[in-house]
Amino acid sequence: MQSNREPSERADVCVVGAGPAGGIVADKLASEGYDVVVLEAGPRFDDDEREQRMERSIRPAHGPHSVWEMGGERDAYASTGDRHYPLNAARVKGVGGSTLHWQGMVMRLHEQDFTLESETGVGTDWPVSYDDLRPYYADAEEELGVAGASDNPFAPPRKQPHPLPAFPPSYSDSLFAEACEAVGVTTHSVPNARLSESRNDRSACVGYGTCQPVCPSGAKYDATIHVEQAEQRGARVVDRAPVQRLEHDDAGERVTAAVYATPDGTEHRQEAREFVLAAGGVENPRLLLLSESEQYPDGLANSSGLVGRYFMDHLFAGAGGTLDEPTRQNHVGFNTTESHQFYDREDDSRGAIKLEFLNYAGPSPLEMALSGDDWGDAMLDRIRDGYGTHVAVGALVEQPPKKENQIRLHPERTDDHGNPVPDVVWSVDDQTRRTIKRANEIQHEILTELGADIQWTVGPDATGPAFHHMGTTRMGDNPETSVVDAQLRTHDLANLTIPSSSVFPTGGAMNPTLTIAALALKAANHVAERI
Amino acid sequence: MELTRRDVLAALGAAGAAGAVGAGALTLSQRDNTGNPVGDHEVATLVAVAGVVYPSEVEGVETFVREYSVARFADRPEYAAGVADAVAALDEYTRTWHDAAFVGLDANAREETLSGMEVDIADPVPEGDHRERVRYYLVNELLYALFSTPTGGELAGIENPQGHPGGTTSYQRGPQ
Repeated sequence: MQSNREPSERADVCVVGAGPAGGIVADKLASEGYDVVVLEAGPRFDDDEREQRMERSIRPAHGPHSVWEMGGERDAYASTGDRHYPLNAARVKGVGGSTLHWQGMVMRLHEQDFTLESETGVGTDWPVSYDDLRPYYADAEEELGVAGASDNPFAPPRKQPHPLPAFPPSYSDSLFAEACEAVGVTTHSVPNARLSESRNDRSACVGYGTCQPVCPSGAKYDATIHVEQAEQRGARVVDRAPVQRLEHDDAGERVTAAVYATPDGTEHRQEAREFVLAAGGVENPRLLLLSESEQYPDGLANSSGLVGRYFMDHLFAGAGGTLDEPTRQNHVGFNTTESHQFYDREDDSRGAIKLEFLNYAGPSPLEMALSGDDWGDAMLDRIRDGYGTHVAVGALVEQPPKKENQIRLHPERTDDHGNPVPDVVWSVDDQTRRTIKRANEIQHEILTELGADIQWTVGPDATGPAFHHMGTTRMGDNPETSVVDAQLRTHDLANLTIPSSSVFPTGGAMNPTLTIAALALKAANHVAERI
Repeated sequence: MELTRRDVLAALGAAGAAGAVGAGALTLSQRDNTGNPVGDHEVATLVAVAGVVYPSEVEGVETFVREYSVARFADRPEYAAGVADAVAALDEYTRTWHDAAFVGLDANAREETLSGMEVDIADPVPEGDHRERVRYYLVNELLYALFSTPTGGELAGIENPQGHPGGTTSYQRGPQ
């Protein structure tokens, strides 16, 4: 465990946040010989405790927040929009960040995602193209150890195969494939950030079936891999060191220090030549807003007034039921078939849809045993009746950027350090509702063809967020309409970089972490060029 | 369906206690149990509770529960104390109706006692009232152990149950 939480005397780069973006940037810059300090608000978790965390995730006595110890005054927040946002279920604070509890699905955005306004009039274009990011995507797949196949006819062009072979389809995938073919839906494999073969010192997936929220084997990628690698290359990681504010020089052109607190109640100043803000789509804007100054009265790097604005997530749409035959669910906790056929948009009538065919539909026998009000033979009869015939089709649905959706500072509530807590203001617009309805139509058509007794549907009213925080420090060429430029550097401060989903101008409907990793690799290059 | 030593190791893996299994250290007599609040009486009570809550198709229950318990609680004194407290709570309830501890009852009386205490409909709460702690530390403890094993999974129709690292081939197979 880290005992010295004093600032480093000399640091080239100070990284705020030890999730995938911070970990990758720290690793890349440390490998090039730069002195890197990473400040992480949460703790460093012990790998040896992962089975116990898994047990907590399965046994019904323990809430989801307990698995990675979220909640309490440190993580206090408000949610004052039309829709409640369960923020602490949506993130993990600690070395590894939210990749500790993520699902591990890693797709490239489509070419159209980068030119959405030009093509459909919705949202805004990115200041970089797919071709600009393409080499970084390839490197990111290598870094994360992605298992995938080139069988997706809807995917953007790629030059080389994924680093590891895709996981083979599940038995239930074969049932879905037939039904999908009958209704004209093309299915394909899923790129997963979990090892299908052992790699370096890491085990291949052994099928614990609890990927989300914890992988005891370490086969699922999480950012501890890059953070530990960065440390081996000389980076210094200070855990339980929440950054309170960033300070800047008299000219207001450069960040000079990150002021962080330590568990003993003291504050320290970490100075550096370059600063990288990698604390996620909620804490990134919050920290900038907390760092207001005479020169930046509305928050640091906020000349545009857009810090915290355009908060986006992906919405879940889904439907499921049962067949009159076995479907073999819950052997693993990840998916092996998707369809991106309904991803690209013809016009502004709907957003992107990414269909997912679940391998974990319905309850697992273990969960059923632990949550019933019977035991012995009656319990076993109930489990045998209830397990084994479920099917479900999920979807991620795109949400266009809306200025009114935002992360702002709550005017009254404060955290354990007296700082205003983040207030998530979130709503779901009509286009997104239409897209969810369309996803439900497709899902019902497939399930009906499959002969399923459809028992549940998550539509526009019941939908919830997929926990992908995006958009709150958007990227663009114009300083009046964006916070960072195409190099991920803030328009206002020349040495402040934000490699995060918070820079996404639009969110698409792909899980964001591969793009975060690609942007982190790009940002690391730019930072290295400057120092 | 017979529970085997493989199932003991699988259950301990799911419970994060596989590391507590030393070579040949799978019996109470072979371990220094000094200071462990889960002693012979507590383990006997777990075996007795398993006799009620495990399906009748399961065989080898006593050996499974004994071997599992020794390693499961060895390095978790707080959790072991919770188990011991739950056993004491169950015995206290039992003595209000019978002149014996729970292990002293016959099979029918054990089931009646757990039902009478309303453990079946209680929420599992580690810091809860007596019946909630009995549900958490005894009943759900035993059910977690059983249904995270290959044998327990197969009882329910799944060869690789949640919590068990049973590999990545079974999910691809169709029904046998």
